[in-house]
Amino acid sequence: MTVDDRFEQEDLRARRDERLVGTRSEVMAGPVRDWATDFSHMEPEWYDDPYPVQDELRERCPIAHTERFGGAWLPTRYEDVAAIAYDTDNFSSRAIVMGNFRPPLDIAPAGGVPPISSDPPFHHDARKLLLPAFTKKAVAKQEAATRAYCHSLIDAFTGRAEVDAAAEYAQHIPTRVIGDMLGFPQSDEPLYREFVEGALEGLNAPPEVRVERTGHLFDYLVTQIRDHLEHPRDDLTSYLLQAEMGGEKLDAFHVAGTMSLLLIAGIDTTWSAIGASLWHLARTPEDRRRLVAEPALLPTAMEEFLRTYAPVTMARLVKHDITWRGADMKAEDWILLSFPAANRDPAHVDRADEVVIDREVNRHAAFGLGIHRCVGSHLARMELRVALETWLERIPEFSLADPEAVTWAAGQVRGPRTLPLIVQPAVT
Amino acid sequence: MVGTGPVRNSGRWRGQVKVQIDAARCQGHGRCYDLAPEVFGEDDEGYGHVLGDGLVPAALHAQARLGAMNCPESAIDVVEEA
Repeated sequence: MTVDDRFEQEDLRARRDERLVGTRSEVMAGPVRDWATDFSHMEPEWYDDPYPVQDELRERCPIAHTERFGGAWLPTRYEDVAAIAYDTDNFSSRAIVMGNFRPPLDIAPAGGVPPISSDPPFHHDARKLLLPAFTKKAVAKQEAATRAYCHSLIDAFTGRAEVDAAAEYAQHIPTRVIGDMLGFPQSDEPLYREFVEGALEGLNAPPEVRVERTGHLFDYLVTQIRDHLEHPRDDLTSYLLQAEMGGEKLDAFHVAGTMSLLLIAGIDTTWSAIGASLWHLARTPEDRRRLVAEPALLPTAMEEFLRTYAPVTMARLVKHDITWRGADMKAEDWILLSFPAANRDPAHVDRADEVVIDREVNRHAAFGLGIHRCVGSHLARMELRVALETWLERIPEFSLADPEAVTWAAGQVRGPRTLPLIVQPAVT
Repeated sequence: MVGTGPVRNSGRWRGQVKVQIDAARCQGHGRCYDLAPEVFGEDDEGYGHVLGDGLVPAALHAQARLGAMNCPESAIDVVEEA
């Protein structure tokens, strides 16, 4: 047995920081002048309610532009979003969080967080490593524990008339599930919110602050990795440590990058989907009552919540100067790839702006399209279904305590971060 | 009974339905085997595949179409064979 020295070097963090030295663009913040020429996903008028903006752009200027973030484009039609998702020749996944920082070109084709940040052909093999652990059959093994955990969260509400369904329920469920799958101590869960915010929010913060924030996560992962090297066990971390690509073990940054992806993307996305679904039901009593009365409708309703409140927007970088469907794109321009906007395109779906909980045909793109389809989609669907089933069974009567008090995450993963609800437990 | 044994006597009836998945388009969303578990299955990596030889008995036509129509990648063909 060979000694695994990939994580022994003292300078691992320094090498990681150095590897990420990229280019920075000027921070341009403040109210948007015109959404067609100056859009921003970092301003409150976007993240509080992006749908009217997207609907208007789809009619008026379906591929919007901005000088912010060093230049970026926003397609709003389903057909354009899909075409870009499928076009890995012209659009790179080298960076998938749009801000004022672009990682160096030589970080491709792996990118910082494989496989979501990877381009072909590297992408295929890096993704293949993860797929078996995230099939519908594989994630079903987590269902009983997930359900028990949902019940324990609701048990803790006993005696209270008002709870925060985002902070006290939705957030915890994916955190527990992915933390357990990675084999991290449950007592570390409070740290993960900071990691999520560091990775995905505050994108206009100074670059050194952002590097420092994501560095905390890297240091944490290295600590977990070293513990797993000493004490291997049956979890995703040990699996990644022994996994091979092309006959060789993964390098340190691939292992840590993939773990970082699984942790961050495993948490905030599903947290957002559970929260947005409960928010909809809290303000739409007819849908809530119908789902309580017809629990078998939940899998169908859930797809509609995923369509209409799709949490995830991705990003791409333009590979070379190109005129694309009339837009003069420059190399290194961003594409903000809005699956939420695509999902509400009336050319793709009937009654696009309505939440139709018994919609039978629902070809939405909430989990992306093409080679980067969310690797955790089966896990997310299991968690969302169990979280909603358990909530509706235990708390069939609930409503918004104060619509104005609901807050939404800024950035590319959108969901409620504060969701105060008046709750009435089921009479048992 | 799970319909892994599709209709064998093809050509006996008009309006036979056959399903096929374009493996180059399938990305493993799994909507087909979620919605039509008697027509489609999942492989070890989560990609969909057609159970049996793809000929769908009449009782499962609606299920097969539902699975196909919900494929986000439009990777499933439902072919009506005369």
